[in-house]
Amino acid sequence: MNGWAAHLVIVPVVLPLAAGALMLLLDERRRRLKAGISLACTLLLIAAAAALLRTADAAAIQAYPLGNWPAPFGIVLVVDRLSALMVLLAAALALAALVFSLARWHRAGPRFHSLVQFLLMGLNGAFLTGDLFNLFVFFELLLAASYGLALHGSGTARVRASLHYITVNLAASLLFLIGAGLMYGVTGTLNMADLALQIPAVAPEDRVLVEAAAAILGVAFLVKAGMWPLGFWLPGTYAAASAPAAALFAILSKVGVYAVLRLWLLFFGAGAGGEPLLIGGMATLVFGLIGVLASQDLARLAGFSLLVSSGTLLAAIGLGDPAMTGAALYYLVVSTLGISAFFLLIELVERAREPGADILAVTAAAFLDPEEDAEPEEEVGVVIPATMALLGLSFACCALLIAGLPPLPGFVAKFALLAALLAPDPVPTAGWALLALLTLSGLAAIIALGRAGVRIFWASQERSVPRVRVIEMAPVAALLLLCLGLTAAAGPAMRYMHDTAQALHAPFGYIEGVLGR
Amino acid sequence: MELILALAIGVLTGSGVWLLLRPRTFQVVIGLSLASYAVNLFIFAMGWVRGGAAPVVEAGAAVDFARFADPLPQALALTAIVISFAMTALLLVVLLAARGLTGTDHVDGREPEE
Repeated sequence: MNGWAAHLVIVPVVLPLAAGALMLLLDERRRRLKAGISLACTLLLIAAAAALLRTADAAAIQAYPLGNWPAPFGIVLVVDRLSALMVLLAAALALAALVFSLARWHRAGPRFHSLVQFLLMGLNGAFLTGDLFNLFVFFELLLAASYGLALHGSGTARVRASLHYITVNLAASLLFLIGAGLMYGVTGTLNMADLALQIPAVAPEDRVLVEAAAAILGVAFLVKAGMWPLGFWLPGTYAAASAPAAALFAILSKVGVYAVLRLWLLFFGAGAGGEPLLIGGMATLVFGLIGVLASQDLARLAGFSLLVSSGTLLAAIGLGDPAMTGAALYYLVVSTLGISAFFLLIELVERAREPGADILAVTAAAFLDPEEDAEPEEEVGVVIPATMALLGLSFACCALLIAGLPPLPGFVAKFALLAALLAPDPVPTAGWALLALLTLSGLAAIIALGRAGVRIFWASQERSVPRVRVIEMAPVAALLLLCLGLTAAAGPAMRYMHDTAQALHAPFGYIEGVLGR
Repeated sequence: MELILALAIGVLTGSGVWLLLRPRTFQVVIGLSLASYAVNLFIFAMGWVRGGAAPVVEAGAAVDFARFADPLPQALALTAIVISFAMTALLLVVLLAARGLTGTDHVDGREPEE
């Protein structure tokens, strides 16, 4: 590693910062120029992330000392398989959301493109950093941008939801600071790799302080991940956000999961402290699947499926088995892509319907008027317009993805999770419980999405065909095709995830790569 | 010295949490500010409280670390102050927007029914 290639690590942080700052200086009316800069920057990010992924997969850990101070004294950026994967995922989602927003949403409020770039900068920094306090700074950066994006488009519902979102996250940030401060007070270091070395060496009387610090940090991360009972803010905020913002937010909750996965395994190893994650994850699953079934409108349904995905991930990680973690990582990628596509699709579908139609969808099942079933004979041969057919197809794909049915990779992910659950002999009780919950959550998703789909595409009485532009349909289709690609390339993808999980569960390579010893 | 600092952090955190749980948006903002003061003091205290000690070491001289303060928590507290200040400003803007749009300063955007 020499020359310019060594500086590739910093590109995902510096590039969006430069692009976002540059666009702040441009006049709001120069939308084409801004859109061009934003798209070009995101495309470059994808290329950089892909290059990082290839080097991370081939070589060992790559550490980039900022300011050239040696670790653990200076702050380092670290690329390993997990961080490279997350950076690539974030860039892919951002590209889809940006293209989607070009049709109309980027005109709905000021500084949209800058906010997206700053969000990307915060995300990439949080995934790449190897320093606990630097992680806090990047968290704040991405949250600050996300506050702006949550408010994008304004309106009473968004302002009200954002007020809750900002307050909850500020309180969580204070917890993060207390945890990081306490950790520094006991161990005298903030470098994650160095912390992994220092924590086992802590004197027994200080051990309880380290564990308290880790628990406080964990609460801060789990608020972001939306674990029950810390995640009540999530469905409301995401449902109120504009479609491209919500599609980007699909990865925000995964930042919390990422931080838990990285720090827990690094600090304590899989042996200790998995039970709270497992139990919390399962509670989130139950809460999420009840929410999915009870949701009156589609956006809230998507928010609750995000909770289901978070719950599945946390419970799977909490089992502390490398095979399980590998499967969970594959599920993370697939479910993030699927839910992101679903958030974009919802906005297109909702255009065709009058407000309040969703409320009917649920209550009609209970109070159905028998007269309504007597359909006039002439309607049998009505042609579904091409737009509706395309939307319906995408909706079905999203439903299959979220519920985990073949042929889309949601099934591969669920199958991998279930296979890893049943691998140990005998299967522990927690394993059976999780297996039942995973199956039930799939069933709940297919019931809720099937009900919504039938109401929207087949049973609606006065249907107007929504005006959908190619530029809005393309990102949804691209995300779904990407998922299809992940089914086709499930072998290599799974191999990558398993290597990632192995490296996470045996972090000597990470520590050695960062500290150089 | 330690006792005063610990009491100050405790009182600030307690008041902050209580205000954070109140139903009016302005109380929530003040609560968050108080809690962030407490957290800043807490970070500062993590570098040990030591009176009359400089955080900067003279170059070349032999150093007795017991006579110096830890500079890192001071830098961390500075960063945390800047960030919490910016976030409080942002929250105030959202508070005003919510007040204007909903016509009430209740955190849920509507007055609870009596």
